Amino acid sequence: MRFRQWAWTLVLAVPLAAFAAWAIWDNAKLFFITLLNGLTLASLYFIVASGFTLVFGLMRNVNLAHGSLYLLGGYVGFFVAEKSGFFTLALLAGFVAAALIGLLMQVAVFRFMQGEDLRQTMVTIGLSIVIADLLLWGIGAQVHQMSAPDWLAGPLRGIPLITAYSKYRMALLPLGIIIGVLLWLFLNRTRIGMMIRAGVDDRGMLAATGVNVNLVFATTFAIGAGLAGFGGVIGAVELSMVPGEDVRLLLASLIVVIVGGMGSVVGAAVGAIILGVAETYGLAYAPTYSVVFTFVILVLVMAFRPRGILGQAA
Amino acid sequence: MNAGAGRLAMGKQGQTTFSASSGEASEKRGLSLFPPVRVATEPWQNPVRAHHLLVLVFLIAFPIFATPFLTYQIGAQSLAFGLIALSLTFLGGYGGMISLAQMTVAGIAGYMLAIFGMSGEAALSLGWSWWIAVPIAILIAVIAGTGIGWLSVRTEGIYTIMITLAIGVAFYSLCLQNYSVFNGFQGFQRVYAPTVLGINFREQTPFYYLVLACAFGGYFLVKYILRAPFGVALQGIRDNPRRMNALGFHVIAHRVAAYAVAAFIAAVGGVLLVWYNGLITPNSVGTSWVINILIIAVLGGMRHPIGPFIGAVVFVLLQTFAIDLFDRERFNLVIGSVFLAIVLFSPDGLLGLWAAWKRKFLKPRGGIK
Repeated sequence: MRFRQWAWTLVLAVPLAAFAAWAIWDNAKLFFITLLNGLTLASLYFIVASGFTLVFGLMRNVNLAHGSLYLLGGYVGFFVAEKSGFFTLALLAGFVAAALIGLLMQVAVFRFMQGEDLRQTMVTIGLSIVIADLLLWGIGAQVHQMSAPDWLAGPLRGIPLITAYSKYRMALLPLGIIIGVLLWLFLNRTRIGMMIRAGVDDRGMLAATGVNVNLVFATTFAIGAGLAGFGGVIGAVELSMVPGEDVRLLLASLIVVIVGGMGSVVGAAVGAIILGVAETYGLAYAPTYSVVFTFVILVLVMAFRPRGILGQAA
Repeated sequence: MNAGAGRLAMGKQGQTTFSASSGEASEKRGLSLFPPVRVATEPWQNPVRAHHLLVLVFLIAFPIFATPFLTYQIGAQSLAFGLIALSLTFLGGYGGMISLAQMTVAGIAGYMLAIFGMSGEAALSLGWSWWIAVPIAILIAVIAGTGIGWLSVRTEGIYTIMITLAIGVAFYSLCLQNYSVFNGFQGFQRVYAPTVLGINFREQTPFYYLVLACAFGGYFLVKYILRAPFGVALQGIRDNPRRMNALGFHVIAHRVAAYAVAAFIAAVGGVLLVWYNGLITPNSVGTSWVINILIIAVLGGMRHPIGPFIGAVVFVLLQTFAIDLFDRERFNLVIGSVFLAIVLFSPDGLLGLWAAWKRKFLKPRGGIK
């Protein structure tokens, strides 16, 4: 077993290291800028996908409307920033708007079909179509690009090797880490986080101990949806807001949690880094086949670790 | 995983009863190398009734009294979509695996047809005759569909949806990005049905009959498989994989084989759909169509192979006449709401509504066991 693990690590690591060595020798600046792009994209993916995986871990609810919540949060953030001029307010508004919709979904629909995973998933598909079309109706198909707040606008100069890099994108790295740490603290150090973790392991026992499971579910759903909206505001600056982005982020979330392991926040971080880095390197070095890399990663993980890299057999 | 996770929530009643009983029957006889399979319904227990003939006559006579527009736009289109959705019904309703990649499989067949056969893109298409291009396209699609199945049977239930959706969207992105094989955003234009034995299948009525014949073929293939040992075993696996495994059935092999059968049906549907549209673009395999196939299958109901065709007719009618009823742009809103309503209130689809109506207003027919 030990030997096999080493063998597989070598099979994967040697070509990657060879590629990295060649790429650094060929064009070091491109390599490191791509790496930074990949990590900042991973940060966004992590924020969005951690909400997805949180909801899935507790409720076994594959919320395929997660991408729509992302888009919704992004639009809300865009308009709030436009009216008020405060980026932090926009972040808050995006979070709250998506969280409210998520809460509504949980309270009005999913509460009545607990345990019917497949039906819940179908409902989220229906909701995603409806929300996406309502957004298209209300806001239109034009691209909404939010500008970064003043204190994050412009480049950060004086970095060795790559000389300059967007301040905003650079700020996403600590932001992703902060959110990851906060989420970890919330899940591991607070009472409700404890309840959520208990619910992930055994919903029935949690209910039997007298915990109001519905409240825990509603909270989790609101936070998970809120993270999608929060990610939407970030993405409104980093990427852009346009119908179709919802599917892109939904796909990213799906792959992140499939690769990383479903229901695990750490897994979401691992999956986000792998996907973000693979996607940007693919775009930089093999533009017309970049999605193939994503796909190959998916296939490899499915073939050797069907429950994801950090997934546990349920 | 909790007990309900791997299970198909919809269409459980009605189907489980007979499969469970057949499972018990084979248990009573004890284990053997080839477990005896009790065929659910023998053909003679399922006689041809008046409404079967009525539907048959209606479908065959449809082009005579309908306008060419209706024949082609409604008739042929719904039958082609019905065929693709049928593959999902077979997988989902009888195999318990909801695969969102069926449109992708159909799209692979369509793309391969355009690449190996003739299209407007002379530089990329090989220009082979239809009788080579069509089998190759279907073969490649079946291989791809089986591969998708092999990947996704490693997981169960909702995981399958996630993985097949990811595969579907990934294929869409590949078609969109790649210009050297898939011709990017433009896709392949002018992929037309051939003229065989003097019959030009590009014309509306012959094409309708071609699609009708394929739809009948698919329908009766599924009907036949469901009564064959393989189909009965598949339904047993849907209801209780562990018990079937204990009985000596290779669960994974059955599931992958089901994916292969479904891929074949979807591939035929995909070829017909390309001929119907005369083109294939990334949009034909985009997320909305991946989901639409699910909508069609769920709308009709997954309890019977006729469901997807009913769903497809309703879907195509809505799509075609939406322009008269409401804003054309809002079609997604309407179809999304219809889908939501069906999932929320009648998980067995229109067939479920019909069954409920019959239970309520008609006396139960005598003589049914």
